[in-house]
Amino acid sequence: MSLWSRFATNRAAVIGLIVLIAVIIIALLAPVMFPKGPWAMVQRPFLAPFDTDGLPLGTDTLGRNVLAGLIYGARVSLLVGLVSTVMALLIGVPLGAVAGFYGGWVDEIAMRFTEFFQTIPNFALAIVLVAILEPSLTSITISIAIVSWPPVARLVRAEVMSVTRREYVDAARLAGLSNLHILTRQVLPNTVSPIIVMASLMVATAILLESSLSFLGLGDPNIMSWGYQIGAARTVIRSAWWLSFFPGVAIVLTVLALNLIGEGLNDALNPHLTRKGKS
Amino acid sequence: MAIAGTIFGRLLKAALTLLAIAVLNFFLIHAAPGDPAVVLAGEAGAADEQMIADLRAQFGLDQPLYVQLYRYVGNILTLDLGYSFRQGAPVLDLILERLPATLILTLTAFWISLLAGVALGVAASARVGKFTDSLITGTALLFYATPLYWAALMAVLVFSVQLGWLPGFGYETVGSGYGGFDRAIDILKHLILPALTLGLFFMAVYMRMTRASMLEVAQQDFVKTARAKGLAPSVIRRRHILRNALLPVVTLAGLQAGQLVGGAVLTETVFAWPGIGRLMFESLAARDYNTILGVFLVSALMVIIFNIITDIVYRLIDPRIGQKA
Amino acid sequence: MSVLSITDMSIALPSGADRPFAVKDCTYEIAKGEILCVVGESGSGKSMTANALMGLLPEGVTVAKGTAEFGGKDILQVSEIEQRALRGDRIAMIFQEPMTALNPLMRIGDQIAEVFEAHKRHTPSERKARALDLVREVGLPDPEKIIRAYPFQLSGGQRQRAMIAMSLALEPELLIADEPTTALDVTTQAQILKLILDLRERRGMAVMFITHDFGVVAEIADRVIVMRHGEIVERGTATEVLENPQHDYTKRLLEAIPTGLVPQSVAVEKAPALEVRHLKKTYHTGGGLFRPRRDVRAIDDVSLTIAKGEVLGLVGESGSGKSTLGRAVVRLVTPDAGEILVGGTDMAALSESDLRAARHKVQMVFQDPYASLNPRQRVMRALTDGPMAKGVPKDAARARARELMETVGLGAEAVDRFPHEFSGGQRQRIGIARALAMDPELIIADEAVSALDVSIQAQVLDLLRDLRRQFDLSILFITHDLRVAAQLCDRIAVMQRGQLVEIGPVSDVFLNPQHEYTQKLLAAVPGGGWGKAAE
Repeated sequence: MSLWSRFATNRAAVIGLIVLIAVIIIALLAPVMFPKGPWAMVQRPFLAPFDTDGLPLGTDTLGRNVLAGLIYGARVSLLVGLVSTVMALLIGVPLGAVAGFYGGWVDEIAMRFTEFFQTIPNFALAIVLVAILEPSLTSITISIAIVSWPPVARLVRAEVMSVTRREYVDAARLAGLSNLHILTRQVLPNTVSPIIVMASLMVATAILLESSLSFLGLGDPNIMSWGYQIGAARTVIRSAWWLSFFPGVAIVLTVLALNLIGEGLNDALNPHLTRKGKS
Repeated sequence: MAIAGTIFGRLLKAALTLLAIAVLNFFLIHAAPGDPAVVLAGEAGAADEQMIADLRAQFGLDQPLYVQLYRYVGNILTLDLGYSFRQGAPVLDLILERLPATLILTLTAFWISLLAGVALGVAASARVGKFTDSLITGTALLFYATPLYWAALMAVLVFSVQLGWLPGFGYETVGSGYGGFDRAIDILKHLILPALTLGLFFMAVYMRMTRASMLEVAQQDFVKTARAKGLAPSVIRRRHILRNALLPVVTLAGLQAGQLVGGAVLTETVFAWPGIGRLMFESLAARDYNTILGVFLVSALMVIIFNIITDIVYRLIDPRIGQKA
Repeated sequence: MSVLSITDMSIALPSGADRPFAVKDCTYEIAKGEILCVVGESGSGKSMTANALMGLLPEGVTVAKGTAEFGGKDILQVSEIEQRALRGDRIAMIFQEPMTALNPLMRIGDQIAEVFEAHKRHTPSERKARALDLVREVGLPDPEKIIRAYPFQLSGGQRQRAMIAMSLALEPELLIADEPTTALDVTTQAQILKLILDLRERRGMAVMFITHDFGVVAEIADRVIVMRHGEIVERGTATEVLENPQHDYTKRLLEAIPTGLVPQSVAVEKAPALEVRHLKKTYHTGGGLFRPRRDVRAIDDVSLTIAKGEVLGLVGESGSGKSTLGRAVVRLVTPDAGEILVGGTDMAALSESDLRAARHKVQMVFQDPYASLNPRQRVMRALTDGPMAKGVPKDAARARARELMETVGLGAEAVDRFPHEFSGGQRQRIGIARALAMDPELIIADEAVSALDVSIQAQVLDLLRDLRRQFDLSILFITHDLRVAAQLCDRIAVMQRGQLVEIGPVSDVFLNPQHEYTQKLLAAVPGGGWGKAAE
């Protein structure tokens, strides 16, 4: 069975994929739908949702269109989620691969380093980093990457270790291939599946982290994001529930979609695990 | 004997970790844009010229970097976390004053999430593929995708604003004059929503882990042995599967401790819970870096202590660790 | 009088499996006090019958028809509760993997006492006392200590004894043993077999013994059933089946195990292909800050030579250091001291880069057919990567790969396929071709046929014999199985705890072993009878 058909047997994963694609399309079309941007004040503040034509989700404390903010917010969430995950992979994969492949003191040092970062409460570290580096899209992305890479390093290390113990790697050594060649051609390709699964879940976690930072007021002040919308509306929750409700739903949907995709990928890429459950 | 050695080893490692965090803090201060003294004093205007000059002298900011590092780390190791000019008090005092509230909140949330998560995970695994399983797994998936702070806000909206069942703000009723038992009940009422919403995400994490682990252990040979003995399914599940399945959950609980402490910043912010998380949030707005770093250090310390406890628990459950024949 | 009588039983596999029935139309019975061996290769359905009797069939697998009468009832039809009452009480079972068959978090004594608890017998203190008696009965050393021990503190053989103690707790009428000695070393296997024979004698219980090994059959069986693809192909008393097999399949299985002749050693040239001199390798375990360091001498001053064109068999039990020696010769393990001379080069002394250039001199054929080929690479890559790294032009390497696939009997077109398209035996052939592609001076075969079924094993051994003649190969053949070693090797070296205890021509070692350990090892081989040829 091909990868896609295995993935497609998981209905929830397919729904997740459809939701994610929809979010991506909406995010891309944001400037077309709302050329004035998310910050423009379009009406009087505190308009309730479903009441006014053209403002289906109402207006916020400053009279800005909540829907526009929501759609522009999707851009930030996806961008930060994706870029920070790629950065975390760029740190975690080489570190874990080298640790697992060479073992010994290299592994010892790399793992102590990783463990140290894992001990630090990661959200607190992200707060400190963003606060000190001054909130901006770059500092947020970097901070999320810095707190997200340790699980990647551990996973890659464990996978590389297990693959390196397999006999075909011994055979490659006996063939006189160089370490670099063995690591990149024989070992790493066989660790890709779990890394892909983890990456898809990391994008989800990164979106949650970004929204949490923005909620605390540590978002990029020039960019509209879901977390910022909720944070700004926190104090008026008693009078204007919709201001924090809809961005939250957007986060839940997007994160849920990514998690479902991750699980679908896991089932599709690691068929032996699924089979084990059935036999 | 083995356990004593373990504890000693872990304490040594904890001390080194703490030292490393102190060093990290030092470099963070220097990474911040601007004069470190100003950074430490908080947003310009909070401290006067004299204070900043004092700070310079105290940290030896005119000295080479390694001297500064030495002094800074020395200060932290003697529990001197500096002074908050914003709040007009030593950072350590501020933290110690707020720490009990955070401990109550995080420990309650931890136990709720762990017990509920394991119970639901066991229930789901016992009916794998059935409706109950789908319901539990689906709900967990939803909680897993819900931002902590949003769950907290929505809980306030529903249970406090709309239904008026529970207080959605603060640690206790201000000016109530409650004492003794009444006060405890009052605090408990205030605790329910924050603890539940903080625990929700972690409950989902533990539930998923427990379910997966139960299903995996159920496939192992010794479970077949237990069935071959003629044991009742409930005994097999409790004595053979659950005990083994809990091992990875304990490990995970240790790893998640950091997240829980970090998550408290959000929960305390929403509920105005007077813990160190709330202190951090307030300091963010005030750019009171000294306090932020202090809270960061203390929360890391909490995680370290928590990790040591999980380590010991793990060793008590699993005879294989630390006493190889 | 029969304890169990199975009539016309079929066990259906879930749809999508490779065949509709795991077991088809089986009829047989086991008498009181009798040992019935159910023999078959992997996938023959031999274990499924046992699982069905115990009510332990995996999900999706069901009994399609037939009856199994035990104690006046059809145990395939009784309720789950009745079945549970039978399990562990009147029918007991032991399994293949003693390492995983015990709960790692429970003390041995508690796990045995649990059987009484499951069937509500005795008081808790009596249960403990009885557990102790059982531990004593199965011959475990230091019973008081054992019942308080955890499984990880016991060796494989001890764990299997503990499993047997557990199964005996309620004096079952029928003991089902599913390959109980397959995972054990040969000397331990002999002890466990003896224990089962003794217990049968003392307790008079019937034993259904499932195995793939005709050697084991010869040791303990009263009657034999041979299964293939879920059907019974032959049945009879042990003597009938072993000495006068009727079915072709049984004949082939028996032929694959030489119990008689030891081949005469071939005279070989004097020039050595490999010289190992005073090789040493010690492993350190533990050695943390708070734990004492433990040294294991995996190779303890070993010297040996292999002549050009010779096959030297290196035998020993697990932990004897034989695999470490093989890996040291190819420098996958770096020895602490000593020399490894291959064609005049000391492999042990080469630097990393010199070593890479010299790698091709010694090649290896590995044990696990499923782990020895990269699942993401076509066979062509596996066969050409090495030669090309050594400087062979691409076209020449590819042509040679095709030729070698022809040689090992898989056909030149097979180079474009992926490993998962081949069976275990075929993969071992590819592994052999890969080693040959490097034109090595020496091949190390590390348990190269151990993971294969007996009939496939015989085919691969035939191939090795042919290739050896064709290419004048020098081979270090590492194996735990003395019977396999006898089929292929000119000389045999025996290792025990890192030391070489005996080395000599096959016939000398087998017929006239000098060292005590060699004698013990040979005596333990199930269905031995090596002496027949000499007398």
